[in-house]
Amino acid sequence: MSAEAWVLLAMIIVPALGSAVVALVPGPRGDRVARPLGAIFGGITLVLAVVAVLAFDHDAAGTFQLETDLSWVPALDLRFHLGVDGISLPLVLLTALLAFLCLAYTTRVMPKAAQPRAFVAVLLLLEVGLLGTFVALDLVLFFLFFEVVLIPMWFVIAVWGDSTPSSTARSAANTFILYTLLGSAVMVLGFLVVHAETGTFDLVALADGAGAGMARGTQVIAALAMLGGLAVKTPMWPLHTWLPDAHTAAPTVGSVLLAGALLKMGTYGMVRVVLPVVPEGTEVLAPYLGALGVVGILYGSFACLAQTDLKRLIAYSSVGHMGFVLLGISTLTPAGINGALYANVAHGLITGLLFFVVGGIKDRHGSSSFDGVGRALYARAPRLAAILAFAAVASLGLPGLAGFWGEMLTLLGAYDPSSALPRGLYLTLMTLAGVGAVLTAAYLLQTVRRVCQGPIADAAPRRSSLEDVSSIEALAWSPLVVLVVLLGVWPGLLLGLTDPAVATLLGTGG
Amino acid sequence: MTPALAAILVPALAALVGLTALGRSRRAAAVAVGGALVTFAVTAGTAIANVVDGVADSASYGLIPNGTAPMQVALRLDGLSATVAIMVAAVALAVQIYSVSYLGGDPRYPSYAALISLFTAAMMLVVHADDLIILLIGWEVMGICSYFLVAHHWELRDARRAGVKAFLVTRIGDIAFMFGIFGLGLGSGTFRISDLELLVGDDLMAGNTLTVVTLLLLAGVVGKSAQLPLQVWLPDAMAGPTPVSALIHAATMVAAGVFLVARLYDVFLAAAATLAVLAVIAAITMLGAALAALVQPDIKRVLAYSTISQLAYMLAALGVQAYEAGMFHLITHGAFKALLFLAAGALIHVVGTNLLPEMGGLRRIMPVTFVTMTIGLAALIGIPPFSGFFSKEAIFVGAEEAIHDGSAATAWVPWFVLVVAMITVTVTAAYATRLWLLAFFGTRSAPAQPHEVGWTMRGPLVVLATTTVGLGVIGLRNDWFPAWLDRLTFTVEPAGITDLVPAEATLLAPGLVTSIASLVLAAIGAGLTYLSWRRTTADPARLLGRLEPVLDRGFGVDSLYDRVVVRPARRIAAATLVADRDVVGAAVTGSGTVSQRLGAAVRRSQDGDLQRYLTVLLAGTVLVIVAAWTAAGT
Repeated sequence: MSAEAWVLLAMIIVPALGSAVVALVPGPRGDRVARPLGAIFGGITLVLAVVAVLAFDHDAAGTFQLETDLSWVPALDLRFHLGVDGISLPLVLLTALLAFLCLAYTTRVMPKAAQPRAFVAVLLLLEVGLLGTFVALDLVLFFLFFEVVLIPMWFVIAVWGDSTPSSTARSAANTFILYTLLGSAVMVLGFLVVHAETGTFDLVALADGAGAGMARGTQVIAALAMLGGLAVKTPMWPLHTWLPDAHTAAPTVGSVLLAGALLKMGTYGMVRVVLPVVPEGTEVLAPYLGALGVVGILYGSFACLAQTDLKRLIAYSSVGHMGFVLLGISTLTPAGINGALYANVAHGLITGLLFFVVGGIKDRHGSSSFDGVGRALYARAPRLAAILAFAAVASLGLPGLAGFWGEMLTLLGAYDPSSALPRGLYLTLMTLAGVGAVLTAAYLLQTVRRVCQGPIADAAPRRSSLEDVSSIEALAWSPLVVLVVLLGVWPGLLLGLTDPAVATLLGTGG
Repeated sequence: MTPALAAILVPALAALVGLTALGRSRRAAAVAVGGALVTFAVTAGTAIANVVDGVADSASYGLIPNGTAPMQVALRLDGLSATVAIMVAAVALAVQIYSVSYLGGDPRYPSYAALISLFTAAMMLVVHADDLIILLIGWEVMGICSYFLVAHHWELRDARRAGVKAFLVTRIGDIAFMFGIFGLGLGSGTFRISDLELLVGDDLMAGNTLTVVTLLLLAGVVGKSAQLPLQVWLPDAMAGPTPVSALIHAATMVAAGVFLVARLYDVFLAAAATLAVLAVIAAITMLGAALAALVQPDIKRVLAYSTISQLAYMLAALGVQAYEAGMFHLITHGAFKALLFLAAGALIHVVGTNLLPEMGGLRRIMPVTFVTMTIGLAALIGIPPFSGFFSKEAIFVGAEEAIHDGSAATAWVPWFVLVVAMITVTVTAAYATRLWLLAFFGTRSAPAQPHEVGWTMRGPLVVLATTTVGLGVIGLRNDWFPAWLDRLTFTVEPAGITDLVPAEATLLAPGLVTSIASLVLAAIGAGLTYLSWRRTTADPARLLGRLEPVLDRGFGVDSLYDRVVVRPARRIAAATLVADRDVVGAAVTGSGTVSQRLGAAVRRSQDGDLQRYLTVLLAGTVLVIVAAWTAAGT
């Protein structure tokens, strides 16, 4: 255990502690202080994440660092093993940042069903699960944190969500939890197969072994189970159907965390667990993963083209964007996986921003449907509209903004996939994904056209003038805007971290 | 800081200040014009240094690690970049000054001016990029600036539509372009352009692969430079403010496609089949667009089609290996077409309409606009001593040489280019004369503001007109321009050391036969137009009868795309949304045992729950295809 290893542990304990404190402060006083307290705990966690980034040796991003490795339940061979490398560190920072921004935002903006104490406590608990998932280096620990996320998210959607014509908040939350529970159950089966064959749950040991001791057939079965479970979370077409309802129902910060951090658990698990632990099995299944990812890209894009509700639209767009991540992973090339990891982070920032902005629009209009929002937002709330347009442009993968590098490297990986994969298929997938990229631009610009532009007279009559971006919104959104630009013009910032780690993962580098 | 970096960062900074500091119009104007001025000074310094000594430099500012292919943030400076950069900076400066009075009163002026600054930075990035991925960034940022600026009047339906259309049509080309970059970069092992040039001498990659890769690159060129079959966005983009049309949709962004071919010319030269395709596409576009320009009632659409046609001249030149001629035309066209657009903007500003039939008799009211626009039109037609004559003549001579020396892969291609280019001269003269007559002669229209435009608009007109004449003078010394363009080239010593050597000079002298032929053909076009106009004083386009509406609609390509692409896509989208229902969901949320759930799921599909059935069918099909493909591969 290295000297700085306390950072990761503290990063998990602080929000957990915060959750308990917020929940336990009694009475009306508790309700009053809950939200500032939440922001403070979220802030401390973010500071800890930044400390972790600073303590991290960036010249050795391919190795696990800041490790804690304690024996936990010896009888069951469970270890409390935490650590970060260049793959997980960016996601840790992203999660801590988004959680802090959401908690800060909550100090001023509460979902309709009040109970601020419970809300903040649940958000902090959610953060515990998310961060834990990204730093766990033991399969059982990974699974536990993975599950910890579910319950708070269920509450966020069911209690603080909005019912929509297509589903009630409760049923959206139920669908969400049933889907992901089923997914995790399948994933755990895969973990158990791995343990049965190798005798360990330790991710570092398993990755070093690179599938040693597991027959090809076993690897395929384990990979199928794990990928299947993780694919629900991603979500991969056709297992995505929980997502649109969950997003539409969820309150703003719920959507931000769901899209920004939760979905990343699925693709992160694929890169962290499936790829190194059962490489041969992954190789067999990779083409299917890539193909379903590309179907998701096209499917999500087409669904968005016809969509008339902003929140649903962004939810479907996530299916498309995560399709790129799946395609990148499935190429089994450094470029593809680096691209997938980049797209993961970029999607977290951009879609997080989109859900924030759309949430702001929904709060102002009491609706997120095109008809309810009206038109000519450029005229009614210029800054709000400008940020929506910016986020849309970033989301379509414009070079110079964060979304580009992930998409580009993913496609580059598909152009020349790992030699074990059928190149003709991947060239086809690349071309189809390219068509998807055009469709993505089409629906995003169509959305800007529908909402931001238009005859000023057609603007929703009761809302001819709106409050423009408020100070809390500016505070919560500007870090995302800055990061989207920064990661767009300086890709080395993130690729410098992921590239060595991916090289280690694929055994292609030192 | 190198001049290349400065040329990019100065306008980028102006854009950043303009976009974030939500200033008043006056402050925004100061930032925008100031930024353009400094950018101009920087590029002028480089251009002078190039003329005196030659510049050639390439520097890397960092790596883009990705484990597969080396990508670098690399910028370069050479004769080509210096020449194009000064043109871009000059037109950008003229447009920023002109915009102060053209749009100064518009509440959206600050963001407009900042977007033009951002556009300038992006174009400078394209011009100076020494890495294909970096070039792609500038390439697409230009596209998004174009989108925002075309949709400047977003309360108007045409502007909203045109902005989206411009971006999407070019994006189709750009995706193929990106795949071409992949092929070139991975095939050769480098994305660095100066390295690629060095590799061309050896075998860069297999001939067939190179042909495919360069054709993919060509798709991006065709999109950006609005050539067949992706030309449809440019005429509609005229819904943007006129200064934007002058800068982005005439002088610079649309010329970026031509520039790209020039930048990778060594690579294209190694792919003879691609150059032949380019030449043929360009020749067809050249004539088709000129014919469409003949009948457009909107003065800006006349100029837009004219731009498509003139860009085709440049690309045709590159297609028949007349590299210097194509680049010369790019520069002269940048000057005279920007001039024409800004003059058209002056007319529109005063008359209050874009429609030529509603103009007329403006030569007395607007003498400066009249004289400068006349110069611009003369250059467009190719009348000596205006610059367009020399650059177009260089293209004819280049095609003629390609016929004689048999350097082209397919012998009929340079013939085709030369003949079509000559015919196009007649059509060009006709539409230019029509525009001139309808705007400045005949019955007087009743303008809203019956006076000449103010000095900030007149100034750029006079400067650009002077340049249009001046570039012709350069054409008289037929060794100057080629010398500036590639005074120094990167090369490799036998020992493998990169060095710089003076390039061989090419001459751009007008040919006697081609000069006489083109002038006669121009006279025929102009004369016929004049005669028909004098006889009836009606729009000469009327003469074309039933052909007129066909040409007016740009040969109906738009409606074809609407039927074949847009509407089917919308139908698929609507169907997708309807079909998107729970598949697994029913099994997950349903109660009962697994067998009951499965039974229910099966029954559902048998009961004709079409949506669910189709989804499962699609998923199954995908999996089977992948399985078959994978099996076939091993």
